[in-house]
Amino acid sequence: MASPDDLKFQEFEEAADLLSSNPGASTLSISNPSAAAASSGDVRVDLSDDEDNQQENSELLGGEKQTGGFWTFEYYQSFFNVDTVQVLDRIKGSVMPLPGRNFVKHHIRNNPDLYGPFWICVTLVFSVAISGDLFTFLINMGDPGYHYRPQFNRVSIAAITVFLYAWLVPLGVWGFLTWRQSVERHISGYTFLETVCVYGYSLFIYIPTSILWTIPVYWLEWLLIAIAMVISGSVLVMTFWPAVRDDTKLTAFATMAVIVSLHALLAIGFKLYFFQTPTKTESSHFGQTTPASHLTTTNVGKHQ
Amino acid sequence: MAEVEESNKPLFAGLSDISISEDIPVEGDISVPVGSQNTDNDFSTLDEPVKDTILRDLRAVGQKFVHVMYPKKSSALLRDWDLWGPLLLCVTLALMLQGGSADSEEDGRPQFAEVFVIIWFGSVIITLNSKLLGGTISFFQSLCVLGYCILPLTVAMIVCRIVLLGGASIVSFAVRLIVVTASFSWSTFASTAFLADSQPANRKALVVYPVFLFYFVIGWMILTFSPSQ
Repeated sequence: MASPDDLKFQEFEEAADLLSSNPGASTLSISNPSAAAASSGDVRVDLSDDEDNQQENSELLGGEKQTGGFWTFEYYQSFFNVDTVQVLDRIKGSVMPLPGRNFVKHHIRNNPDLYGPFWICVTLVFSVAISGDLFTFLINMGDPGYHYRPQFNRVSIAAITVFLYAWLVPLGVWGFLTWRQSVERHISGYTFLETVCVYGYSLFIYIPTSILWTIPVYWLEWLLIAIAMVISGSVLVMTFWPAVRDDTKLTAFATMAVIVSLHALLAIGFKLYFFQTPTKTESSHFGQTTPASHLTTTNVGKHQ
Repeated sequence: MAEVEESNKPLFAGLSDISISEDIPVEGDISVPVGSQNTDNDFSTLDEPVKDTILRDLRAVGQKFVHVMYPKKSSALLRDWDLWGPLLLCVTLALMLQGGSADSEEDGRPQFAEVFVIIWFGSVIITLNSKLLGGTISFFQSLCVLGYCILPLTVAMIVCRIVLLGGASIVSFAVRLIVVTASFSWSTFASTAFLADSQPANRKALVVYPVFLFYFVIGWMILTFSPSQ
Protein backbone atom coordinates (compact mmCIF):
# COMPACT_ATOMS: atom_id res chain seq x y z
CA MET A 1 0.00 0.00 0.00
CA ALA A 2 1.33 3.42 -0.94
CA SER A 3 0.80 6.39 1.38
CA PRO A 4 -2.64 5.97 2.91
CA ASP A 5 -3.45 9.63 2.39
CA ASP A 6 -3.41 9.21 -1.38
CA LEU A 7 -5.28 5.98 -1.42
CA LYS A 8 -7.82 6.74 1.26
CA PHE A 9 -10.65 7.85 -0.98
CA GLN A 10 -10.13 5.04 -3.47
CA GLU A 11 -10.05 2.48 -0.73
CA PHE A 12 -13.35 3.77 0.45
CA GLU A 13 -14.85 3.17 -3.02
CA GLU A 14 -13.34 -0.30 -3.00
CA ALA A 15 -14.91 -1.00 0.32
CA ALA A 16 -18.30 0.13 -0.94
CA ASP A 17 -18.01 -2.08 -4.03
CA LEU A 18 -16.86 -5.01 -1.96
CA LEU A 19 -19.77 -4.41 0.33
CA SER A 20 -22.23 -4.39 -2.53
CA SER A 21 -20.92 -7.57 -4.10
CA ASN A 22 -20.39 -9.56 -0.93
CA PRO A 23 -22.64 -8.37 1.84
CA GLY A 24 -21.83 -11.41 3.90
CA ALA A 25 -18.07 -10.91 3.70
CA SER A 26 -18.06 -7.33 4.86
CA THR A 27 -16.54 -8.09 8.24
CA LEU A 28 -13.28 -9.06 6.56
CA SER A 29 -13.17 -6.20 4.08
CA ILE A 30 -13.76 -3.53 6.71
CA SER A 31 -10.58 -4.13 8.71
CA ASN A 32 -8.24 -3.07 5.87
CA PRO A 33 -9.61 0.43 5.24
CA SER A 34 -9.97 1.13 8.93
CA ALA A 35 -6.37 0.05 9.56
CA ALA A 36 -5.24 2.33 6.73
CA ALA A 37 -7.27 5.19 8.16
CA ALA A 38 -5.90 4.64 11.65
CA SER A 39 -2.31 4.44 10.46
CA SER A 40 -2.37 7.84 8.73
CA GLY A 41 -1.50 10.88 10.76
CA ASP A 42 -4.53 13.07 10.37
CA VAL A 43 -7.89 11.42 10.55
CA ARG A 44 -10.44 13.10 8.36
CA VAL A 45 -13.60 13.31 10.34
CA ASP A 46 -16.25 12.32 7.82
CA LEU A 47 -14.41 9.28 6.50
CA SER A 48 -13.54 7.93 9.91
CA ASP A 49 -17.14 8.47 10.86
CA ASP A 50 -18.20 6.17 8.06
CA GLU A 51 -15.58 3.62 9.04
CA ASP A 52 -16.86 3.71 12.57
CA ASN A 53 -20.36 3.21 11.31
CA GLN A 54 -19.32 0.23 9.24
CA GLN A 55 -17.33 -1.22 12.06
CA GLU A 56 -20.08 -0.81 14.59
CA ASN A 57 -22.64 -2.36 12.34
CA SER A 58 -20.48 -5.19 11.10
CA GLU A 59 -22.09 -7.65 13.42
CA LEU A 60 -25.53 -6.24 12.76
CA LEU A 61 -25.48 -6.74 9.00
CA GLY A 62 -28.48 -8.60 7.77
CA GLY A 63 -30.47 -7.85 10.89
CA GLU A 64 -32.28 -4.83 12.22
CA LYS A 65 -30.68 -2.66 14.87
CA GLN A 66 -32.20 -3.77 18.13
CA THR A 67 -31.79 -1.00 20.67
CA GLY A 68 -34.48 -1.77 23.17
CA GLY A 69 -37.93 -3.13 22.63
CA PHE A 70 -40.43 -1.57 20.30
CA TRP A 71 -42.23 0.03 23.24
CA THR A 72 -39.27 2.23 24.18
CA PHE A 73 -38.64 5.64 22.69
CA GLU A 74 -35.00 4.80 21.94
CA TYR A 75 -36.07 2.10 19.50
CA TYR A 76 -37.72 4.70 17.30
CA GLN A 77 -34.94 7.18 17.88
CA SER A 78 -32.57 4.75 16.20
CA PHE A 79 -34.44 5.31 12.95
CA PHE A 80 -33.78 9.03 13.03
CA ASN A 81 -30.06 8.80 13.48
CA VAL A 82 -29.18 10.97 10.50
CA ASP A 83 -27.58 14.35 10.05
CA THR A 84 -28.51 17.04 7.59
CA VAL A 85 -25.62 16.17 5.29
CA GLN A 86 -26.59 12.52 5.22
CA VAL A 87 -30.17 13.29 4.26
CA LEU A 88 -29.03 15.68 1.55
CA ASP A 89 -26.59 13.10 0.26
CA ARG A 90 -29.32 10.47 0.04
CA ILE A 91 -31.62 12.85 -1.79
CA LYS A 92 -28.84 13.63 -4.26
CA GLY A 93 -28.28 9.93 -4.76
CA SER A 94 -31.94 9.41 -5.57
CA VAL A 95 -31.99 12.21 -8.12
CA MET A 96 -28.78 11.28 -9.91
CA PRO A 97 -28.65 7.50 -10.18
CA LEU A 98 -25.33 6.34 -11.50
CA PRO A 99 -25.12 2.83 -12.93
CA GLY A 100 -23.38 0.46 -10.60
CA ARG A 101 -24.24 2.41 -7.48
CA ASN A 102 -26.82 0.53 -5.58
CA PHE A 103 -28.75 3.11 -3.56
CA VAL A 104 -29.10 0.91 -0.53
CA LYS A 105 -25.53 -0.21 -0.38
CA HIS A 106 -23.95 3.08 -1.33
CA HIS A 107 -26.07 5.68 0.37
CA ILE A 108 -28.04 3.99 3.10
CA ARG A 109 -25.24 1.70 4.25
CA ASN A 110 -27.02 0.04 7.15
CA ASN A 111 -28.39 3.24 8.55
CA PRO A 112 -31.91 3.33 7.14
CA ASP A 113 -33.83 6.30 8.40
CA LEU A 114 -37.48 7.14 8.55
CA TYR A 115 -36.98 10.90 8.44
CA GLY A 116 -36.42 11.07 4.70
CA PRO A 117 -39.29 8.84 3.55
CA PHE A 118 -41.81 10.40 5.93
CA TRP A 119 -41.10 14.04 5.20
CA ILE A 120 -40.66 13.45 1.48
CA CYS A 121 -44.11 11.83 1.43
CA VAL A 122 -45.65 14.73 3.36
CA THR A 123 -44.01 17.29 1.09
CA LEU A 124 -45.15 15.35 -1.97
CA VAL A 125 -48.75 15.30 -0.72
CA PHE A 126 -48.82 19.05 -0.27
CA SER A 127 -46.85 19.88 -3.38
CA VAL A 128 -49.16 17.79 -5.55
CA ALA A 129 -52.29 19.26 -3.97
CA ILE A 130 -51.08 22.86 -4.10
CA SER A 131 -49.72 22.55 -7.64
CA GLY A 132 -52.96 20.94 -8.76
CA ASP A 133 -54.86 23.83 -7.26
CA LEU A 134 -52.62 26.36 -9.04
CA PHE A 135 -52.94 24.44 -12.30
CA THR A 136 -56.73 24.39 -12.14
CA PHE A 137 -56.70 28.11 -11.46
CA LEU A 138 -54.33 28.87 -14.35
CA ILE A 139 -56.24 26.71 -16.80
CA ASN A 140 -59.56 28.34 -15.99
CA MET A 141 -58.29 31.86 -15.64
CA GLY A 142 -59.68 33.00 -18.95
CA ASP A 143 -63.10 31.60 -18.29
CA PRO A 144 -65.42 34.36 -17.11
CA GLY A 145 -67.88 31.92 -15.58
CA TYR A 146 -65.24 30.40 -13.33
CA HIS A 147 -65.16 31.19 -9.66
CA TYR A 148 -62.06 30.00 -7.85
CA ARG A 149 -62.65 27.53 -5.09
CA PRO A 150 -59.84 25.92 -3.12
CA GLN A 151 -60.27 22.19 -3.48
CA PHE A 152 -59.04 21.10 -0.13
CA ASN A 153 -60.53 17.63 -0.22
CA ARG A 154 -57.81 16.71 -2.69
CA VAL A 155 -55.23 16.92 0.07
CA SER A 156 -56.84 13.99 1.87
CA ILE A 157 -56.93 11.93 -1.31
CA ALA A 158 -53.31 12.74 -2.12
CA ALA A 159 -52.26 11.87 1.42
CA ILE A 160 -54.00 8.51 1.38
CA THR A 161 -52.57 7.62 -2.02
CA VAL A 162 -49.00 8.62 -1.26
CA PHE A 163 -48.81 7.01 2.14
CA LEU A 164 -50.44 3.79 0.97
CA TYR A 165 -47.98 3.62 -1.90
CA ALA A 166 -44.96 4.42 0.24
CA TRP A 167 -45.78 1.78 2.84
CA LEU A 168 -47.77 -1.00 1.22
CA VAL A 169 -45.69 -1.42 -1.92
CA PRO A 170 -42.38 -1.75 -0.01
CA LEU A 171 -44.14 -4.20 2.28
CA GLY A 172 -45.15 -6.27 -0.72
CA VAL A 173 -41.74 -6.08 -2.35
CA TRP A 174 -39.96 -6.94 0.87
CA GLY A 175 -42.29 -9.81 1.59
CA PHE A 176 -41.82 -11.16 -1.91
CA LEU A 177 -38.03 -10.88 -1.77
CA THR A 178 -37.88 -12.51 1.66
CA TRP A 179 -40.04 -15.37 0.46
CA ARG A 180 -37.82 -15.88 -2.58
CA GLN A 181 -34.80 -15.69 -0.31
CA SER A 182 -36.13 -18.46 1.87
CA VAL A 183 -36.86 -20.55 -1.22
CA GLU A 184 -33.74 -19.91 -3.25
CA ARG A 185 -31.16 -19.31 -0.50
CA HIS A 186 -28.67 -17.44 -2.65
CA ILE A 187 -30.64 -14.25 -3.08
CA SER A 188 -29.63 -11.32 -0.94
CA GLY A 189 -32.59 -9.48 0.43
CA TYR A 190 -33.08 -6.14 2.07
CA THR A 191 -34.59 -5.35 5.41
CA PHE A 192 -38.04 -3.83 5.46
CA LEU A 193 -36.72 -0.45 6.55
CA GLU A 194 -34.22 -0.33 3.73
CA THR A 195 -36.99 -1.03 1.23
CA VAL A 196 -39.16 1.71 2.71
CA CYS A 197 -36.16 4.02 2.63
CA VAL A 198 -35.45 3.36 -1.05
CA TYR A 199 -39.07 3.91 -2.02
CA GLY A 200 -39.34 7.05 0.07
CA TYR A 201 -36.25 8.67 -1.37
CA SER A 202 -37.16 7.63 -4.90
CA LEU A 203 -40.38 9.65 -4.56
CA PHE A 204 -38.35 12.83 -4.14
CA ILE A 205 -38.07 13.46 -7.88
CA TYR A 206 -41.85 13.81 -8.08
CA ILE A 207 -41.80 16.94 -5.91
CA PRO A 208 -40.09 19.27 -8.42
CA THR A 209 -41.95 17.45 -11.19
CA SER A 210 -45.30 18.28 -9.61
CA ILE A 211 -44.28 21.90 -9.19
CA LEU A 212 -43.29 22.06 -12.86
CA TRP A 213 -46.60 20.48 -13.86
CA THR A 214 -48.35 23.78 -13.14
CA ILE A 215 -47.08 25.02 -16.49
CA PRO A 216 -50.06 24.20 -18.69
CA VAL A 217 -48.14 23.05 -21.76
CA TYR A 218 -49.31 19.63 -22.84
CA TRP A 219 -46.17 18.06 -24.26
CA LEU A 220 -44.05 19.45 -21.40
CA GLU A 221 -46.14 17.63 -18.83
CA TRP A 222 -45.73 14.26 -20.48
CA LEU A 223 -42.04 14.90 -21.06
CA LEU A 224 -41.66 15.64 -17.34
CA ILE A 225 -43.47 12.43 -16.47
CA ALA A 226 -41.14 10.47 -18.72
CA ILE A 227 -38.02 12.05 -17.22
CA ALA A 228 -39.18 11.58 -13.62
CA MET A 229 -40.14 7.98 -14.24
CA VAL A 230 -36.83 7.18 -15.89
CA ILE A 231 -34.83 8.67 -13.04
CA SER A 232 -36.72 7.29 -10.10
CA GLY A 233 -37.49 4.04 -11.85
CA SER A 234 -33.81 3.50 -12.49
CA VAL A 235 -33.05 4.07 -8.81
CA LEU A 236 -35.53 1.34 -7.96
CA VAL A 237 -34.35 -0.99 -10.70
CA MET A 238 -30.71 -0.63 -9.74
CA THR A 239 -31.57 -1.32 -6.14
CA PHE A 240 -33.67 -4.39 -6.68
CA TRP A 241 -32.00 -5.94 -9.70
CA PRO A 242 -29.06 -7.41 -7.73
CA ALA A 243 -31.54 -8.96 -5.37
CA VAL A 244 -33.56 -10.78 -8.00
CA ARG A 245 -31.07 -11.44 -10.75
CA ASP A 246 -30.09 -14.76 -9.22
CA ASP A 247 -33.64 -15.92 -9.41
CA THR A 248 -35.26 -17.45 -12.45
CA LYS A 249 -35.43 -15.17 -15.46
CA LEU A 250 -39.19 -15.06 -15.41
CA THR A 251 -39.47 -14.08 -11.75
CA ALA A 252 -36.73 -11.50 -12.09
CA PHE A 253 -38.25 -9.73 -15.06
CA ALA A 254 -41.76 -10.00 -13.67
CA THR A 255 -40.67 -8.38 -10.39
CA MET A 256 -38.92 -5.57 -12.19
CA ALA A 257 -41.89 -5.01 -14.45
CA VAL A 258 -44.30 -4.84 -11.52
CA ILE A 259 -42.11 -2.38 -9.60
CA VAL A 260 -41.67 -0.08 -12.57
CA SER A 261 -45.29 -0.20 -13.64
CA LEU A 262 -46.58 0.58 -10.13
CA HIS A 263 -44.27 3.58 -10.01
CA ALA A 264 -45.50 4.69 -13.41
CA LEU A 265 -49.10 4.28 -12.33
CA LEU A 266 -48.53 6.58 -9.40
CA ALA A 267 -47.10 9.33 -11.57
CA ILE A 268 -49.75 9.03 -14.26
CA GLY A 269 -52.49 8.85 -11.66
CA PHE A 270 -51.29 12.07 -10.08
CA LYS A 271 -51.16 13.77 -13.44
CA LEU A 272 -54.62 12.68 -14.49
CA TYR A 273 -56.39 13.38 -11.22
CA PHE A 274 -54.79 16.53 -9.91
CA PHE A 275 -53.88 18.21 -13.14
CA GLN A 276 -57.01 17.67 -15.14
CA THR A 277 -57.17 19.57 -18.36
CA PRO A 278 -60.81 20.35 -18.96
CA THR A 279 -61.77 19.88 -22.58
CA LYS A 280 -63.50 22.61 -24.53
CA THR A 281 -66.99 21.27 -23.84
CA GLU A 282 -66.24 20.83 -20.15
CA SER A 283 -65.03 24.35 -19.65
CA SER A 284 -68.20 25.80 -21.05
CA HIS A 285 -70.28 23.51 -18.89
CA PHE A 286 -68.22 24.16 -15.83
CA GLY A 287 -71.27 24.89 -13.77
CA GLN A 288 -72.67 21.45 -14.60
CA THR A 289 -69.51 19.55 -13.71
CA THR A 290 -69.44 21.00 -10.20
CA PRO A 291 -72.52 19.11 -8.98
CA ALA A 292 -70.74 15.87 -9.88
CA SER A 293 -67.77 16.81 -7.77
CA HIS A 294 -70.16 17.85 -5.02
CA LEU A 295 -71.68 14.39 -5.14
CA THR A 296 -68.31 12.70 -4.80
CA THR A 297 -67.31 14.95 -1.93
CA THR A 298 -70.55 14.31 -0.07
CA ASN A 299 -70.07 10.58 -0.54
CA VAL A 300 -66.57 10.82 0.81
CA GLY A 301 -67.86 12.87 3.71
CA LYS A 302 -70.57 10.34 4.56
CA HIS A 303 -68.17 7.44 4.50
CA GLN A 304 -66.03 9.18 7.09
CA MET B 1 0.94 41.73 52.34
CA ALA B 2 4.29 40.25 53.27
CA GLU B 3 3.69 41.47 56.75
CA VAL B 4 0.47 39.49 56.95
CA GLU B 5 2.15 36.37 55.68
CA GLU B 6 4.97 36.73 58.14
CA SER B 7 2.63 37.22 60.99
CA ASN B 8 0.40 34.32 59.94
CA LYS B 9 1.55 31.94 62.58
CA PRO B 10 1.54 34.55 65.35
CA LEU B 11 -1.97 35.63 64.29
CA PHE B 12 -3.38 32.17 64.66
CA ALA B 13 -1.47 31.72 67.84
CA GLY B 14 -3.08 34.89 69.09
CA LEU B 15 -6.52 33.53 68.52
CA SER B 16 -6.12 31.00 71.20
CA ASP B 17 -5.87 33.85 73.69
CA ILE B 18 -9.33 35.04 72.89
CA SER B 19 -11.94 33.56 75.11
CA ILE B 20 -15.60 34.15 75.41
CA SER B 21 -16.61 35.16 78.86
CA GLU B 22 -19.03 32.76 80.35
CA ASP B 23 -21.17 35.36 82.01
CA ILE B 24 -22.43 37.20 78.93
CA PRO B 25 -26.04 36.28 78.84
CA VAL B 26 -27.53 35.15 75.59
CA GLU B 27 -31.10 36.10 75.42
CA GLY B 28 -33.78 36.88 72.98
CA ASP B 29 -37.02 35.34 71.97
CA ILE B 30 -37.71 32.80 69.34
CA SER B 31 -41.11 32.85 67.80
CA VAL B 32 -42.32 30.56 65.09
CA PRO B 33 -44.65 32.42 62.80
CA VAL B 34 -47.95 30.75 62.23
CA GLY B 35 -47.50 29.60 58.62
CA SER B 36 -51.06 28.92 57.62
CA GLN B 37 -51.84 32.42 56.42
CA ASN B 38 -48.73 32.62 54.23
CA THR B 39 -49.26 29.26 52.60
CA ASP B 40 -52.85 30.19 51.94
CA ASN B 41 -51.77 33.30 50.09
CA ASP B 42 -49.15 31.45 48.09
CA PHE B 43 -50.82 28.22 47.05
CA SER B 44 -54.53 28.20 47.60
CA THR B 45 -56.35 30.18 44.99
CA LEU B 46 -59.64 28.63 45.87
CA ASP B 47 -61.07 31.65 47.63
CA GLU B 48 -60.23 34.32 45.14
CA PRO B 49 -62.89 35.73 42.91
CA VAL B 50 -63.30 34.12 39.49
CA LYS B 51 -62.36 37.36 37.78
CA ASP B 52 -58.88 37.15 39.32
CA THR B 53 -58.38 33.61 38.12
CA ILE B 54 -59.43 34.36 34.58
CA LEU B 55 -57.47 37.59 34.40
CA ARG B 56 -54.33 35.90 35.61
CA ASP B 57 -54.50 33.30 32.86
CA LEU B 58 -55.42 35.90 30.27
CA ARG B 59 -52.51 38.04 31.33
CA ALA B 60 -50.14 35.08 30.96
CA VAL B 61 -51.53 34.35 27.50
CA GLY B 62 -51.26 38.00 26.50
CA GLN B 63 -47.70 38.19 27.72
CA LYS B 64 -46.79 35.24 25.55
CA PHE B 65 -48.46 36.88 22.56
CA VAL B 66 -46.18 39.85 23.07
CA HIS B 67 -43.19 37.54 23.23
CA VAL B 68 -44.17 35.99 19.91
CA MET B 69 -44.66 39.30 18.17
CA TYR B 70 -41.26 40.52 19.30
CA PRO B 71 -39.20 37.34 19.43
CA LYS B 72 -36.27 38.05 21.70
CA LYS B 73 -34.22 35.46 23.43
CA SER B 74 -36.57 35.05 26.34
CA SER B 75 -37.49 31.79 27.93
CA ALA B 76 -40.93 32.83 29.13
CA LEU B 77 -42.64 30.80 26.43
CA LEU B 78 -40.66 27.75 27.32
CA ARG B 79 -40.72 28.07 31.08
CA ASP B 80 -44.41 28.54 31.76
CA TRP B 81 -45.97 26.81 28.84
CA ASP B 82 -49.70 26.71 28.48
CA LEU B 83 -51.98 25.55 25.72
CA TRP B 84 -54.74 28.14 26.10
CA GLY B 85 -53.19 30.48 23.55
CA PRO B 86 -52.76 27.82 20.87
CA LEU B 87 -56.31 26.61 21.42
CA LEU B 88 -57.69 30.11 21.09
CA LEU B 89 -55.69 30.80 17.93
CA CYS B 90 -56.50 27.45 16.37
CA VAL B 91 -60.24 27.79 16.96
CA THR B 92 -60.26 31.35 15.63
CA LEU B 93 -58.34 30.37 12.51
CA ALA B 94 -60.47 27.28 11.88
CA LEU B 95 -63.70 29.24 12.32
CA MET B 96 -62.59 31.86 9.84
CA LEU B 97 -61.30 29.36 7.30
CA GLN B 98 -64.03 26.81 7.34
CA GLY B 99 -66.18 25.95 4.41
CA GLY B 100 -69.86 25.36 4.38
CA SER B 101 -71.80 22.22 3.67
CA ALA B 102 -71.77 20.48 0.32
CA ASP B 103 -73.59 22.13 -2.58
CA SER B 104 -72.82 25.55 -1.23
CA GLU B 105 -70.47 28.09 -2.72
CA GLU B 106 -67.98 27.47 0.06
CA ASP B 107 -67.70 23.80 -0.68
CA GLY B 108 -64.03 23.61 -1.58
CA ARG B 109 -62.78 25.21 1.59
CA PRO B 110 -61.22 23.14 4.32
CA GLN B 111 -63.66 22.04 6.94
CA PHE B 112 -63.28 23.14 10.56
CA ALA B 113 -62.14 19.68 11.53
CA GLU B 114 -59.56 19.59 8.75
CA VAL B 115 -57.93 22.84 9.87
CA PHE B 116 -58.06 21.79 13.51
CA VAL B 117 -56.52 18.40 12.76
CA ILE B 118 -53.84 19.88 10.53
CA ILE B 119 -52.76 22.37 13.18
CA TRP B 120 -52.78 20.03 16.18
CA PHE B 121 -51.67 16.89 14.43
CA GLY B 122 -49.03 18.85 12.57
CA SER B 123 -47.69 20.31 15.82
CA VAL B 124 -47.61 16.88 17.46
CA ILE B 125 -45.78 15.36 14.50
CA ILE B 126 -43.24 18.18 14.38
CA THR B 127 -42.66 17.83 18.13
CA LEU B 128 -42.21 14.07 17.81
CA ASN B 129 -39.84 14.66 14.91
CA SER B 130 -37.68 17.05 16.88
CA LYS B 131 -37.61 14.74 19.88
CA LEU B 132 -36.71 11.73 17.73
CA LEU B 133 -33.86 13.68 16.19
CA GLY B 134 -32.44 14.21 19.65
CA GLY B 135 -33.90 17.49 20.79
CA THR B 136 -33.92 18.49 24.41
CA ILE B 137 -37.17 20.40 24.43
CA SER B 138 -40.11 18.84 26.19
CA PHE B 139 -43.26 17.73 24.40
CA PHE B 140 -45.64 20.38 25.69
CA GLN B 141 -43.13 23.19 25.50
CA SER B 142 -42.75 22.52 21.81
CA LEU B 143 -46.52 22.32 21.30
CA CYS B 144 -46.84 25.62 23.14
CA VAL B 145 -44.23 27.36 20.98
CA LEU B 146 -45.64 26.06 17.71
CA GLY B 147 -49.18 27.01 18.70
CA TYR B 148 -48.31 30.51 19.84
CA CYS B 149 -46.35 31.20 16.67
CA ILE B 150 -49.55 30.83 14.64
CA LEU B 151 -50.45 34.31 15.92
CA PRO B 152 -48.96 36.22 12.95
CA LEU B 153 -50.90 33.98 10.56
CA THR B 154 -54.15 34.57 12.44
CA VAL B 155 -53.54 38.31 12.22
CA ALA B 156 -52.92 37.87 8.49
CA MET B 157 -56.21 35.98 8.16
CA ILE B 158 -58.09 38.85 9.77
CA VAL B 159 -56.35 41.34 7.49
CA CYS B 160 -57.15 39.19 4.44
CA ARG B 161 -60.80 39.04 5.36
CA ILE B 162 -60.93 42.80 5.74
CA VAL B 163 -59.18 43.26 2.39
CA LEU B 164 -61.60 40.87 0.74
CA LEU B 165 -64.53 42.97 1.93
CA GLY B 166 -63.50 45.37 -0.77
CA GLY B 167 -63.93 42.78 -3.49
CA ALA B 168 -61.56 40.24 -5.03
CA SER B 169 -59.22 41.80 -7.57
CA ILE B 170 -55.60 41.68 -8.64
CA VAL B 171 -54.69 44.45 -6.21
CA SER B 172 -56.36 42.70 -3.30
CA PHE B 173 -54.60 39.48 -4.27
CA ALA B 174 -51.22 41.22 -4.33
CA VAL B 175 -51.88 42.78 -0.93
CA ARG B 176 -52.98 39.44 0.51
CA LEU B 177 -49.94 37.70 -0.97
CA ILE B 178 -47.58 40.18 0.64
CA VAL B 179 -49.34 40.03 4.00
CA VAL B 180 -49.46 36.23 4.09
CA THR B 181 -45.84 35.86 2.97
CA ALA B 182 -44.66 38.33 5.60
CA SER B 183 -46.61 36.69 8.41
CA PHE B 184 -45.59 33.16 7.37
CA SER B 185 -41.90 34.10 7.43
CA TRP B 186 -42.45 35.87 10.76
CA SER B 187 -44.04 32.73 12.23
CA THR B 188 -41.24 30.50 10.97
CA PHE B 189 -38.59 32.89 12.22
CA ALA B 190 -40.22 33.24 15.64
CA SER B 191 -40.63 29.54 16.23
CA THR B 192 -37.13 28.81 14.95
CA ALA B 193 -35.76 31.35 17.43
CA PHE B 194 -37.34 29.37 20.24
CA LEU B 195 -36.88 25.83 18.97
CA ALA B 196 -33.53 25.81 17.21
CA ASP B 197 -31.45 26.10 20.36
CA SER B 198 -32.61 22.78 21.67
CA GLN B 199 -31.28 20.81 18.70
CA PRO B 200 -27.83 19.37 18.05
CA ALA B 201 -25.99 21.58 15.62
CA ASN B 202 -25.78 19.21 12.69
CA ARG B 203 -29.52 18.55 12.60
CA LYS B 204 -30.92 22.05 12.84
CA ALA B 205 -32.05 22.13 9.21
CA LEU B 206 -33.79 18.78 9.63
CA VAL B 207 -35.89 20.25 12.44
CA VAL B 208 -36.55 23.65 10.88
CA TYR B 209 -37.78 22.28 7.54
CA PRO B 210 -40.99 20.65 8.92
CA VAL B 211 -41.79 23.88 10.79
CA PHE B 212 -41.38 25.79 7.52
CA LEU B 213 -43.65 23.30 5.73
CA PHE B 214 -46.26 23.54 8.49
CA TYR B 215 -46.56 27.32 8.37
CA PHE B 216 -46.37 27.27 4.57
CA VAL B 217 -49.41 25.00 4.38
CA ILE B 218 -51.35 27.17 6.84
CA GLY B 219 -50.32 30.25 4.86
CA TRP B 220 -51.52 28.58 1.68
CA MET B 221 -54.89 27.86 3.24
CA ILE B 222 -55.19 31.51 4.26
CA LEU B 223 -54.12 32.81 0.87
CA THR B 224 -56.54 30.67 -1.10
CA PHE B 225 -59.46 31.62 1.07
CA SER B 226 -62.10 32.90 -1.26
CA PRO B 227 -65.18 34.65 -0.01
CA SER B 228 -68.56 33.18 -0.68
CA GLN B 229 -70.64 35.11 -3.14
